Amino acid sequence: MKLNGGQALMRSLERQGVEIVFGLPGGAILPAYDPLIDSTIRHVLVRHEQGAGHMAQGYAQATGRPGVAIVTSGPGATNIVTPLCDAYMDSVPLVVITGQVPYAAIGTDAFQECDTTGITMSVTKHNFLVSNAQELPQVIHDAFHIATTGRPGPVLVDIPKCIVDPRNPRSGLEWYEPDGHDLPGYRPRTEPDAGAIAAAAELICAAARPVIYSGGGILKSRAADALMRFAELVQIPVVTTLMNRGGFPDDHPLCLGMPGMHGNYTAVTSMQRADLLITLGARFDDRVTGKVGAFAPDAKIIHMDIDPAELGKVRRPDVAIAADCRLGIEALIEAVDALGGAEAQADRRQWHDTIADWRQRYPLVYEPTEPGGALKPQFVLEQLRDATPTDTIVCAGVGQHQMWASQYWRFNHPYTWINSGGLGTMGYAVPAAIGAKAGRPDRMVWAVDGDGCFQMTAQELVTANTERIPIKVAILNNAYLGMVRQWQEMFYEERYSEVYLSPDLPDYKGWAEAMGCEAMRIENPDEVRPAIDKANEIDDRSVVIDFRIDTTEKVFPMVPAGASNDDIVLDPSQHPPRP
Amino acid sequence: MAVKPHHTLVVLVENKAGVLARVAGLFARRGFNIESLAVAPTDDSRLSRITLVVDAESAPLEQIINQLDKLINVVSIRELASSESVERELLVVTVNASGETRGQIMDLVRIFDGRVLNVGPDRLMVSMSGGPNRVDDFESLLRPYGIVELQRTGKVALPRLAKAGGEVGEF
Repeated sequence: MKLNGGQALMRSLERQGVEIVFGLPGGAILPAYDPLIDSTIRHVLVRHEQGAGHMAQGYAQATGRPGVAIVTSGPGATNIVTPLCDAYMDSVPLVVITGQVPYAAIGTDAFQECDTTGITMSVTKHNFLVSNAQELPQVIHDAFHIATTGRPGPVLVDIPKCIVDPRNPRSGLEWYEPDGHDLPGYRPRTEPDAGAIAAAAELICAAARPVIYSGGGILKSRAADALMRFAELVQIPVVTTLMNRGGFPDDHPLCLGMPGMHGNYTAVTSMQRADLLITLGARFDDRVTGKVGAFAPDAKIIHMDIDPAELGKVRRPDVAIAADCRLGIEALIEAVDALGGAEAQADRRQWHDTIADWRQRYPLVYEPTEPGGALKPQFVLEQLRDATPTDTIVCAGVGQHQMWASQYWRFNHPYTWINSGGLGTMGYAVPAAIGAKAGRPDRMVWAVDGDGCFQMTAQELVTANTERIPIKVAILNNAYLGMVRQWQEMFYEERYSEVYLSPDLPDYKGWAEAMGCEAMRIENPDEVRPAIDKANEIDDRSVVIDFRIDTTEKVFPMVPAGASNDDIVLDPSQHPPRP
Repeated sequence: MAVKPHHTLVVLVENKAGVLARVAGLFARRGFNIESLAVAPTDDSRLSRITLVVDAESAPLEQIINQLDKLINVVSIRELASSESVERELLVVTVNASGETRGQIMDLVRIFDGRVLNVGPDRLMVSMSGGPNRVDDFESLLRPYGIVELQRTGKVALPRLAKAGGEVGEF
C-alpha cells in the first residue's frame, strides 16, 4: 500500500495504541496535520508547546502509557525542550514528534530551522532525524520501544517536511508493519542477578535498623504491590521520595512519608540512623541526601535500579542490583522467604520504638490561623485533602506549594501524585493536570499551584475549557516567589531580591473567568471548605480558586542546602531535636 | 615516563550520523575528560570503532562506561589495559632542520623507524608511529631543534593476541 509520510506517521501512532496527542501545528509539521483529520487519534490543541510537553507528561504519569506531543520546527521544537528535560530527569516515557525544514534546506538557516536533534541530544533518552520516508514506520516503532522500556524516558523524532508533504516525491513509501528492532546497542536489563539478590536478602534479615528508601522506580515498574508485600513480610519502615508519593500508602503503619530537604523529621532521621538502606528505584538525589558525605553514615547500601549507571553514581552500594524494581522486589521476597521470611528477621523492636517516638515527638506542625489572620497553606491543603475523593490525582508546580502538598496530602494510591521532581519546572501543574485528566477522565484532578507558577502556564486553561478537559486549580497565592523568599529570609538576612509578585496583579479570578473557568477568591478560613465543595460539584469546566495565604509562612522541616541531614531545622514551635 | 592515570576504552558504535557528537556530548555534560580520541569505520560497514583515552581521575571508570552504555548507538565497550593491548599512535611533525642539525634529526628518524615525508631548505616533515611512550620520546627528542607544527592522531589499540598464537612482543 502506497502512503505518504504524514499518513504513515498517523498510522504508526495508531498502531502504537495512541489515543491522544497534544500539539500545535506550524509550517514544517503542517502536512502531517492533514491526515490527522482522518485519524482515530484525538488531538488536543495547546496554547504553547511547553504545555503540550507537560500535558503528555501528566498523561504518561497518570496512565503509565507513553505521552505523545507533536509540534513544529524551530520555536515549536525549542519550546518543548523544557518538558523533554523534565521527562528525562523524572524518567517519563514520551514520544515527541517535531517538524523540520525540508531535507534539502537543513543547514541553510532556513525559516524556523533549528538543530533540533543537536539541541535535544542531552535531554532525551534518544532522538532520531528521519532521513527518508521509507524508514518512518520503523523509526516510530523504535521510538516507542526505547521510550517505554528499560529506564523510561523521552524520545524525539524530527521529521523533515518533505517526508510528510504529499506534494513532495520524497514523501512516498510502501507501508509496512515493523516487527522487531535493529538496535544492537540497546539491551535493557530487567532480571536481577541471583547472587546479588541472595546477598541483599542476607543483609536485610540481619539488619537491626533498616529503612526501605523507595523512589520513582517503584511507580515506573508498577511495583507498588510488590513493595507492599515486601515491606509487610520484613516489617521494615518505608520512606517514599517525592517521586514515589503514593507508591506506598501514607496510611500504612510502616510508611514514614517523604525524606529529604523538606521531608518530615522521622523519614529524614531514620535514614540518618539506619544501618541498612534498601534503596529501590531511587537515585540518592542531593535533595534527599543533603551533604552526601554525611548522609546515612552507618548504613550499608542495597541499591536496586534498572539503570546500571545509577549504581555507585553518588553512593557506593554494598549490594548493587541492576533490575526492574518489580522483578527485583519479587526476587527479594522469594530470597527472604527462603531464609525463613518474617521469622528470620533480626530483633528490631528497639528500632521500631525509636521511630514511633520520633513520630510522636516531631510530627509535621504549623501554627493555625489566628482569628482575623491570614490563611495557612497547610490548612487549605488539609481541607482540600479531606473534601476530595481519596483517589484524586494531585499535580503540583515547583516551590513551597509543592512541598506543602507533598507533606499534607495523604497519598494512599499509586499514580495520584504528579509533579516535576528532578528538573523543578515552575508551571508544571496546570498542563500536567490537563494531561492527567485527559488520560483519567474518571478521576478528579486538582492542580495545587503557586501564584508564580500559575503565571507561567495558566493559558493552558483555555485549552482545558476548549477541549472539555475540566481540571481544578488551587492557587496558594502568597504574592511571592515563595521558596526563593524563604531562602532569602533564612539565608540572606531577609534581603528580599526580586521575589515580590503582588496578590492582585494579575487579578487571578478575573483572569480565570476570562479563560472560561469558574473562579473564586478565598481569604477567610471558614470560606475554604464551602469553596472546595463548590469546586468539586463543577464538572463542565475548569475551576480556579485563588487562596490568599500567609505570605510569611515557610516550609518546615528544612535541611539547608549543602548541610547534613542531621542539621534539620524544625518548625520553630518544636524543640530542637537531639538525635 | 610517569604512568598517567588513564584508561583506554574501545567503543563500537553504530555507523550513523551524529554518533560522535553523542559520545563527545556525553563526556562534556558529565564532566569526564577525554585525553585522545580516534574514530574510523571498521571492517563491518555498519559499525565504527572509537578508541578513547579517558582521564580516570575525572570520574570512576565504571561510571564512564555505564553512562556510555546508555547511548542507544553504543554497541559495546571494552577497556584495554596497556599490558593486554598493542597501542599505536601516529605523529606527523615539521621541525627546523638547517645545516648541522639536519643529520642529527635524520639519525633520530632512523632510530625511531620514522620517515621523512617532505623536505624544505631548512625544515623537515617527518612521520613516526609507535606506542604512545615511544611517540612521546621521539617528540621530546625533536623539541630542542624547534618544532614548527605537530599533529598526533590519538591512540588506536587492539587486544594483544594470546602468547600461544605466536604474538611477537611490542618493542
